[in-house]
Amino acid sequence: MSKPRTLFEKVWDAHVVRALKGEPTLLYIDLHLVHEVTSPQAFEGLRLAHRKVRRTDLTFATIDHNIPTTSDERLVIKDQIAAQQIGTLRKNCEASGIPLFDIGSGRQGIVHVIGPELGLTQPGKTIVCGDSHTSTHGAFGALAFGIGTSEVEHVLATQCVSQSKPRSMRIKVTATLPHGTTSKDLILDIIRRLGTDGGTGYVIEYAGEAMRALTMEERMTVCNMSIECGARAGMIAPDDTTFAYLEGRTFAPKGDAWDKAVSAWRQLATDNGATFDREITIDGDKLEPVVTWGTNPGMSVPVTASIPNPDDARDASERAAMLAALEYMGLTPGTRVEDVTLDRVFIGSCTNGRLEDLRAAAKVMRGHKVHRSVDVLVVPGSEAVKVAAELEGLDRIFKDAGAQWREPGCSMCLGMNPDILAPKQRCASTSNRNFEGRQGRDGRTHLVSPATAAAAAVTGHFIDVRGWEYKS
Amino acid sequence: MEPIRKHRGVVAPLHRENIDTDQIIPKQHLKRIERTGFGAFLFSDWRYHPDGRDREDFALNREHYRNATILVTGKNFGCGSSREHAAWALGEFGFRVILAPSFADIFRNNAGNNGLLVIELPEETVQQIAEHAESHAPYYLNVDLEQQTIADDFGLSEKFEVDQFRRHRLLNGLDEIGMTLAHEADIARYEAQHRPS
Repeated sequence: MSKPRTLFEKVWDAHVVRALKGEPTLLYIDLHLVHEVTSPQAFEGLRLAHRKVRRTDLTFATIDHNIPTTSDERLVIKDQIAAQQIGTLRKNCEASGIPLFDIGSGRQGIVHVIGPELGLTQPGKTIVCGDSHTSTHGAFGALAFGIGTSEVEHVLATQCVSQSKPRSMRIKVTATLPHGTTSKDLILDIIRRLGTDGGTGYVIEYAGEAMRALTMEERMTVCNMSIECGARAGMIAPDDTTFAYLEGRTFAPKGDAWDKAVSAWRQLATDNGATFDREITIDGDKLEPVVTWGTNPGMSVPVTASIPNPDDARDASERAAMLAALEYMGLTPGTRVEDVTLDRVFIGSCTNGRLEDLRAAAKVMRGHKVHRSVDVLVVPGSEAVKVAAELEGLDRIFKDAGAQWREPGCSMCLGMNPDILAPKQRCASTSNRNFEGRQGRDGRTHLVSPATAAAAAVTGHFIDVRGWEYKS
Repeated sequence: MEPIRKHRGVVAPLHRENIDTDQIIPKQHLKRIERTGFGAFLFSDWRYHPDGRDREDFALNREHYRNATILVTGKNFGCGSSREHAAWALGEFGFRVILAPSFADIFRNNAGNNGLLVIELPEETVQQIAEHAESHAPYYLNVDLEQQTIADDFGLSEKFEVDQFRRHRLLNGLDEIGMTLAHEADIARYEAQHRPS
């Protein structure tokens, strides 16, 4: 009998090219996703060293970070430096033979949305991208993590990454999430418990009944934000939900190859008796909708709570961090979260820009009007998501409510394109980071689920969506 | 990559935990297609007023720290986005060494790939160095990667731990791609064994 192994160990072991004591392991990469912002210097490095892209068949590119989301500006980008960066990606892909899912191709979108929807993301694969939210793809039982530009160049040249083996952590979520509480609330709760560095050096496997009950899109939201507690990657063992999602997608195996793939994927689950360096159990049925109040994703409270008081901090450094965050956010301790009013709402991003996210937001907004003082932006995660949402009439619901329905991209998650907050504007956002200036200099970001964001858009302030009056 | 063996330089303190890469290099400066030109934008939202004037209250704008090459800061430095622009900006400003109780994983790799030495030290040591950098500015540290020691001119002398492979690369300024390509036969063998059947 071989030693029981975890999901992570199985995927890791299957990709070891070279492992020597005292050296990082050389790990083979099955899928490399490339975008315009973190790749130009990597291609330039290859050119200077007269090196070639080793596997153009395992490398795919798209444009997502800096494109505008209005249909006019998308075609003629006014920001010359952004336009040059996109032009550079096009040239690099053409010169090296890398497929590019360009604007208008029907396949363009945020890298972490299109990988899964095209069936490129598959169980057991190793996946990298020059973007920290690559952890998203772990929802399929892939080992997926973000890398820097030097590593992008390294993967382009060698199809490998050089990595020290991370430690392993399992987070078991019991029972089922209560009605009105989403996987976004779950991951925000996990990050609050672990802190923004509690996962550093670990790969987290999410398990338990509550995880099994989640759809693929909900699982992606959880794995997506694993990086926000510092984890190298998040993973969930593939199951029938995973296979049902993948079957028939463009790049998924077909026919006999599909059957073979599924039986191999079934072997990936963590063996009974396998051990983790750290284990945590969370009662899924005790969770509530969550709102962040501070300037990192670990600073959050339930929507029914009040803004915390720095006097309750555990130590001097936490107190200092809380004071700085409250000042930046313009908040007073003791204020009820439901009394915090908003200027903007952003629904989208690689965390919550998929079809189910848009459905959840539309369900709340249907028949309501956006509050007069709130400007609402709804940005689908990909061209395919946009088409599917329009087929269902979700765009009409948003537009009838008074929200703006935009073209796909990363948009106001990081504001590299024209979608940014003005100084001191307060935003309920379905994205992943509430760092200072992330959505615009001096902008104030509160991270929430799509349902909570949509409800806030209607009322003009945060509200417990569990009591929402849905209209049909 | 420029090797780093022994380094003597001025220490600048940034008293803050969890400094994310969005602060180190804000997104509006990520659109360049070169590896250079980022130093002027290091910590730009903290360093400059919206109209471009220096903010007097920001540490790196103070006279003693303008030529600092060693940064001492709080835990979990470099968390968040994978943008290597953060390491480029720190390097171009002049930093060669960063001292903190802990670093985020992706940033640690990016730093190592750009000849930037990151050193983890116990919280109390970091605190002590940061206080000296305030009270004795310009405060110098001698960092010796070969001996794995840091020392000041007042008797402080501490050993530090560092990943030995990364140390070897930094000492010799080795390009990781070149090192990996030396194992091209291993990669080719792996590919031959894993060809889809």
